Amino acid sequence: MELIFKKLSQLSAGLLFVILAATTLVLYWSAKPAIEAFGVGFLIETRWGVEEPLVAAGGQLESSDELTGSDSTDGGDDDFIDDEDDFIMDDEDASDDTTREVYGALVPIVGTIFSTLIAMLFSIPIAMGIAVFLAEIASSSIAKPVGVAIELLASIPSIIYGMWGLFYFGPFIASIFGGNTVSLLVAGLVLAIMVIPFMAALSRDAISTVPDMLKESAYAMGATKLEVIKDVVFPYAKAGIIGSIILSFGRAMGETMAVAFVIGGIYQFAGKVTDPTNSIPVVLANSFAESSGLSLSVLFYLALVLFILSFIVIGVAKFYFLRRK
Amino acid sequence: MSNMMEVQNLRFTYKGAAAPSLKGISLPIEKNKVTALIGPSGCGKSTLLRGMNRIHDLYPGHVYDGAIQLLNPDGESYTDILSLKKEAEMIRLRQRVGMIFQKPTPFPMTIYENIAYGLKLSGVKKRADIDEIVENSLRDAALWGEVKERLNHDARGLSGGQQQRLCIARAIALKPEVILFDEPTSALDPISTLAIEEMISVLRESYSICIVTHNMQQAARISDYTGFMYLGEMIEFDQTDNIFMKPSVKQTEDYISGRFG
Repeated sequence: MELIFKKLSQLSAGLLFVILAATTLVLYWSAKPAIEAFGVGFLIETRWGVEEPLVAAGGQLESSDELTGSDSTDGGDDDFIDDEDDFIMDDEDASDDTTREVYGALVPIVGTIFSTLIAMLFSIPIAMGIAVFLAEIASSSIAKPVGVAIELLASIPSIIYGMWGLFYFGPFIASIFGGNTVSLLVAGLVLAIMVIPFMAALSRDAISTVPDMLKESAYAMGATKLEVIKDVVFPYAKAGIIGSIILSFGRAMGETMAVAFVIGGIYQFAGKVTDPTNSIPVVLANSFAESSGLSLSVLFYLALVLFILSFIVIGVAKFYFLRRK
Repeated sequence: MSNMMEVQNLRFTYKGAAAPSLKGISLPIEKNKVTALIGPSGCGKSTLLRGMNRIHDLYPGHVYDGAIQLLNPDGESYTDILSLKKEAEMIRLRQRVGMIFQKPTPFPMTIYENIAYGLKLSGVKKRADIDEIVENSLRDAALWGEVKERLNHDARGLSGGQQQRLCIARAIALKPEVILFDEPTSALDPISTLAIEEMISVLRESYSICIVTHNMQQAARISDYTGFMYLGEMIEFDQTDNIFMKPSVKQTEDYISGRFG
């Protein structure tokens, strides 16, 4: 019995690595044609699905800004993809082609990073305020109902935030800051609102683990409430609080539905925060249905970028904040 | 009169409780002496101790009745600490009446910062002053030799006994007049316990001490006066020798000799 239990739990843990490896491999294999076609330049290319005249085989991204007709009929598209396959398989054939379609991830990468940063900028202070209030300041007759409300908010499906953002919040923000009703700013703020309850609930739980005796020790030395929270509670609960921020960051970065409603979905940098732009998950969600061949592979490449981006964020956060223990 | 503190007919009721937990306690804390409080669990000894620096007041709703007099710095007059209301007065009170808890509670900072923390709170700014007080406090807590090389290490890396001595050093850095010990050795091994007990007998020369302990031998070893409490009442208070050698109340004798409690 003991043995079975032990094996089962080992198996469950092992499954984690299998899933991780399988996900990575599938992403990589599916993205491989696009990686071969565009290389690392994909990350700094700003155009998406634009046909450009082919100067020379392999001479790819640094070519002219001149855009030849980007509208192609369905039939033309299919042809084009066949050509594209030729292009990949056989470089000599490529000289016969006159155009090829260029994909670049920079716009959605920048959109993802900035919408997430805006979300963090607004959500961290507010969520910390809520967490401290619930764990340290509110009496239990207030903390309990507010705590339940927070958990309810955290469980609202993100599409509802998206709809609310599109029909109510976006116009509201536009009326204050001007600009479009769908924009980077609206996306960031909707994300912030979406992750606040999540972050607040997790941080509150972390703060609640601070032993009463430790706080009493600080009070017994003449500390005020603010000093106890600043000098004892936060440092003690640091690991849990940063964990809640990392999880929220990951959630904001990968959020699809809520952002799809309010970011605009156009392949263009937001010159101002009130301009519409795009984000990686939104591109993926919007484009999968009509993609095949290389354009599908490009989406997998983009997904791989998001995957690696999440990894980097979590790795850096863990390394910097949780090193000392 | 050489009493540093005097608890007078103190009644204390926890928030929402029907009956008081302390039912008219009177107790002197004599200057530069060690006063021990013993009694079975739930007798109210910790409740009494936590009233003496009003740490109870962190959780609103408890009810005090009676008086706890604290000698003013002029050495003559007294102030009833139960009359304090403002936060600034409470902070001043807690700096004058320090407290050590059941378990070591090092703050999540370095060893140096742990000691310096109270000083910074009370407005000491000059680095040289802080350095000097940190060293002296650690010396008084018999910890200097063990930690002087690693003052910038996290205090939570110390052993349990060292952590508790650090907490004592932290308390005496503020030069309090009274130090309250709430079962300070209950989480420590015998060797560490001995070190703390020795420290308390040295600290007596400079501070007035009140210690709650569930270890009767400890009370007998280190205290000058002992109070035996039971069910929220002070059954007997006398010199420690009298309490342990010839208690005048039957209940005290029963408890001391291990017949109940």
